[in-house]
Amino acid sequence: MGQAAMNTGVGPALEPILRVEHLTMRFGGLLAVNDLSFDVARGQITALIGPNGAGKTTVFNCITGFYKPTSGRVALMSGGPQSDPAIAALTDSPGRSQRVGRGGVYLLERMADSEIAAQAKVARTFQNIRLFTGMTVLENLIVAQHNWLNHASGYSVLGLVGAKSFREAEAKAVEIAVAWLDCIGLKGRADDPAGALPYGDQRRLEIVRAMCTGPVLLCLDEPAAGLNPRESAELNELLLSIRDGNGTSLLLIEHDMSVVMEISDHIVVLEYGKKISDGTPDYIKNDPKVIAAYLGVEDEEVDEAEAEIEG
Amino acid sequence: MSEGEAKTVASDERASFSWISALRDAGFLALFTLGLSFPILAFRTRQDLWHGLVLDPRWDLVATVVAIAFFGRLSWLVVGGRVSRNVQSFATQVGEVLAPLQNYKGTFRLVGLIWLIAYPFLAVLIAGPGGALKWIDNFGIQILIYVMLGWGLNIVVGLAGLLDLGYVAFYAVGAYSTALLSTYFGLSFWICLPLAGIFAAFWGILLGFPVLRLRGDYLAIVTLAFGEIIRLVLINWVELTNGAAGISGIPRPTFFGLPFNASDEGFAAFFGLEFTPLHRLFFLFYLILALALLTNWVTIRLRRLPIGRAWEALREDDIACRSLGIDTVTTKLTAFSIGAMFGGIAGAFFAARLGFISPKSFEFMESAVILSIVVLGGMGSQVGVAIAAVAMIGGTELLRELGWLKSIFGAGFDPTQYRMLLFGMAMVGMMVWRPRGLISKREPSLVLHEKRAIGGDLVKEGQG
Repeated sequence: MGQAAMNTGVGPALEPILRVEHLTMRFGGLLAVNDLSFDVARGQITALIGPNGAGKTTVFNCITGFYKPTSGRVALMSGGPQSDPAIAALTDSPGRSQRVGRGGVYLLERMADSEIAAQAKVARTFQNIRLFTGMTVLENLIVAQHNWLNHASGYSVLGLVGAKSFREAEAKAVEIAVAWLDCIGLKGRADDPAGALPYGDQRRLEIVRAMCTGPVLLCLDEPAAGLNPRESAELNELLLSIRDGNGTSLLLIEHDMSVVMEISDHIVVLEYGKKISDGTPDYIKNDPKVIAAYLGVEDEEVDEAEAEIEG
Repeated sequence: MSEGEAKTVASDERASFSWISALRDAGFLALFTLGLSFPILAFRTRQDLWHGLVLDPRWDLVATVVAIAFFGRLSWLVVGGRVSRNVQSFATQVGEVLAPLQNYKGTFRLVGLIWLIAYPFLAVLIAGPGGALKWIDNFGIQILIYVMLGWGLNIVVGLAGLLDLGYVAFYAVGAYSTALLSTYFGLSFWICLPLAGIFAAFWGILLGFPVLRLRGDYLAIVTLAFGEIIRLVLINWVELTNGAAGISGIPRPTFFGLPFNASDEGFAAFFGLEFTPLHRLFFLFYLILALALLTNWVTIRLRRLPIGRAWEALREDDIACRSLGIDTVTTKLTAFSIGAMFGGIAGAFFAARLGFISPKSFEFMESAVILSIVVLGGMGSQVGVAIAAVAMIGGTELLRELGWLKSIFGAGFDPTQYRMLLFGMAMVGMMVWRPRGLISKREPSLVLHEKRAIGGDLVKEGQG
């Protein structure tokens, strides 16, 4: 089945920030992701959904460099539209990234996890929250700004002598952190250890911590897991404000359909490591393949499938 | 708790205590001790005149040990719970009493500093010039070396959460580079001191590159091996290091070129003072005090810089660090090399202080002692490490003062042999009563509204 036929429901004007092509991830004999291709639209919220074990988190780990994909290309186009020849030229060269104008092309499958976050500006959160529990809320957000702050501290030399330029940089970093804390209503708890926050606050803190790295693409792994309806609604608001206010593109894995259907601009459905559908929420809702994957198929269809295999 | 409630609890305790189960428990331990002591204590081997092996039975000793185990366990079961609870609540109380003292930190720091500066003078005043030698050298300088080593290792283990069992290797690198540079090239102590730090930091990076991919137990084992490799090289590279015999004749540190001797060019003559060996000790004491305070100052400063926060973040969660774009390899390497640098500087001081070094000073036991000081003090806590160093090193030095015990236990009794027992007991006591070290609270490096210490239960120890 062709790529074009899949993209029903998504307007042709969509311009991708991330293009995943023929991504395959194999763990020994297990094919976790099988020849997966999809686009993440710039300035929009894209959701990656699918039943348990469909390979969603594996795709995430491939995009953010925690896994090295077996094959395939993951190209990030930051700054603005990038031409296909430029991406092809970079793919043929041994390089990993190429600056074009204010942005650039980054081949994420060639980069390590921390480089992807630091250079390509792709931030992520985790399914099981990974905050620095023994550090304060504020410290968590300052650590997220490590790279430019460390540079401002003259790699600790200027910082050690207490240079004014570093003190100013640190004040700026605190300002950014406080602005984000204000955004999620945790300013009053800035000096509490992150591990002492309620679960829902920890989820949102992890998201704003990722935002403190100044990402162009934010990847969220089940941000609504374990949240109550009120917290889910607050999360929706936060994600929409990130999309609209910061112009950050979002890619999220989610099981909570109230979140997915309400805020996603575009949904990709995975099953057994393969894409089975791709389109707008309305399109996905009515796609029989998606309904079959989520609700199971009718008996007669199973019979049909068995006949197909035997025949 | 009201009086009535207290009574119920007390009677409950009495009711829950059963002599039969206590006897069974103690009997089991006695049996266990018998099984354990049979192969170790029951026979002493010796050679007779014909070089044959003779077994001397020592059943009385076995019986004594088993009896001690039985009655010890029994009495612990009878009163131990109360003792343990009292100690526990005492430890908590001490912690609570000490906690508000945080507010007077500035005052404490000042008083502590004045006391440290006055210490050698007080020693002379109280013990007299002859008696003060021991107090300044064995207690003052010796403890301060370990305080400095503890603070250096605290960067690696306490802040960055990297378990390093071979820290003494960097101490050795510092000591040997000073010894070799000063004896081969005649470099002065003041040039060797920073060079030793640089060499040790360099070795820290060199070791770090291959091992920092490892985590937890594996990292610990490899650092342990590295420490042993350095020691074995020092023993076996006889042409350079003079092997196990060590290097002697390392020039003593001078006071900006003035040696501490009775000559006319000496320190005493220059300042018109009467010569006494105390001058050198005073100088060494203030030197190691300054070096230790430098270590402390740098650590405190670094903790508040991005690099220090990255170390602590690494200890908390290295995967989250990578997702935030922190280069974990560089971050670990800086922790390793800065910790190693302070170890190296302490090593340089050690070499110059004694004028003689040999590989015997850099055995694994030293690494274990330094690590236990860090762990006992509370990982990451500067004050805790200092207190632990005073308690552990001061305690073992105090054992030397217990010669009078010979009159009780007989002439063969040597209290200094019980050094490790002291360490072991401190460790067991810590495990039971303060499992996160003397000071387990973490202080935030940055405050928006109000400074609040973070409880040790939330702070992670690091996985590698």
